[in-house]
Amino acid sequence: MLEIRIHGRGGQGAVVASKVLAAAFFKEGHYVQAFPVFGVERRGAPVAAFVRVDQNPVRLRCNVYEPHHLIVLDPALTETIDITEGLRESGWILLNTHRTPEEFGFARNFKVASVDAFAIAIRHHLGSRSTPIVNTAILGAFARCTGLVNLDSVVNATVEAVPFNAEGNRQAAIDAYEQTIMYDPELQTR
Amino acid sequence: MVLANINRAVGPPWNVWSDQNDSLSQRDVGMLQVYCESNQEVFDTVLHSFWVSEQLMLPTMLVLDAFYLSHTCEIVEVMEPDEARAYLPPYEPKHFLSPDHPTAFGNLTAPDSYYELRYQIDRDLRRGIELMRQADQRFEEVFGRSYGIIEEYRTEDADLLVVTSGTITGTARVVIDECRDAGKRVGLVKMRLFRPFPADDVCRILRPAKKVAVIDRNIGFSIGGIFAQEIRAALFSAGIHLPVFGFIAGIGGRDVTPDTIHEIVDQTEHMDAPDQEVYWIGVKHEQLHHTR
Repeated sequence: MLEIRIHGRGGQGAVVASKVLAAAFFKEGHYVQAFPVFGVERRGAPVAAFVRVDQNPVRLRCNVYEPHHLIVLDPALTETIDITEGLRESGWILLNTHRTPEEFGFARNFKVASVDAFAIAIRHHLGSRSTPIVNTAILGAFARCTGLVNLDSVVNATVEAVPFNAEGNRQAAIDAYEQTIMYDPELQTR
Repeated sequence: MVLANINRAVGPPWNVWSDQNDSLSQRDVGMLQVYCESNQEVFDTVLHSFWVSEQLMLPTMLVLDAFYLSHTCEIVEVMEPDEARAYLPPYEPKHFLSPDHPTAFGNLTAPDSYYELRYQIDRDLRRGIELMRQADQRFEEVFGRSYGIIEEYRTEDADLLVVTSGTITGTARVVIDECRDAGKRVGLVKMRLFRPFPADDVCRILRPAKKVAVIDRNIGFSIGGIFAQEIRAALFSAGIHLPVFGFIAGIGGRDVTPDTIHEIVDQTEHMDAPDQEVYWIGVKHEQLHHTR
């Protein structure tokens, strides 16, 4: 079973991202489960969402504690919570940031990928300039760094789930896929 | 009438996370209650419930855990409308408002007839056990999915039976598989229908075991878990003497993980009989305050 944890803030689309990612895996013939943990819904409050993918129906009904991969929609979260908690050794940490992967301390121990999903979202008019909606872009980057799901599946799941600006969302996922920077500490190389 | 209730905690202190005390506080209002494990089961149970409620003229509450089902995106097979209609024919109510037959409906019923109405609710609700069983069997014939009113999972030759309801069941299946792989004779019993309470089925299924561990995501203050209490009452009434361990877990959305359930299995295995009426799993003792 594959387990993914998504960190974000209320309003950024972490929950929608988890559903779209689950739908993308579903399109490739997997059983999936996606659900969030949050308190009362507040913009800006830390939010986590989980995705499980398996060849059989998913029976576990509890939070994910040892994810294979992480998606982080707001890099500032890395300053206040230990996002790497429970992350498996070979897991990717995918960050929405204009910074490079090597600038993050945990790149010494984990594979880190970065993509400037804010800029991509703004370029394609997703959300507003002050609060861009970054979830579709980041999923394109997830397809790239992990190779676990096809970009086409991500794009199709996105367009089905997000009823507006289909072309913008599609292009954001494609741009992110192409612009993802990946760093592997074992190889000390991108 | 069918009511889908998302299980959420009740005050004090209030929160929005999974907890059965809301629905269980309504256990004696005359509604059927069905606890669901997956969103597929929720969907299918809606059809079962209408089929039964329309015959009994009693409402059904189907119960789904907050977040673990209510906010969970997963695969649900949806049948064609014609198939659903074949399973659930149009409802023709016996009593309804019509200008052709003016009727007054009131809910105040004097002692001379209140007693008989309550008698009928009790009598008819009891029929819900067989009707829910039939609803499930009919459903299986058409759609190939069945849940039973109680489900046994790997109960063959089990010394210890773990009893669950709702989404804890799914996680418990994983734990039972691990226990079986380790050679432990542990099985799982999923309580699906809670009202009417299927006491005969409970006794038949639990009787062969040596011990029972009931996991309650609820608390009946001063009496322990509510499922555990009802199961004890059913066993006692049938003259079955079995140690029933009552565990409280998952209240107010506290996550119930495989580790939680393993802890419950291990504790039950290492004791001959419970030395407390109820065991609270994972209490953070440093947070407790003491009253005078």
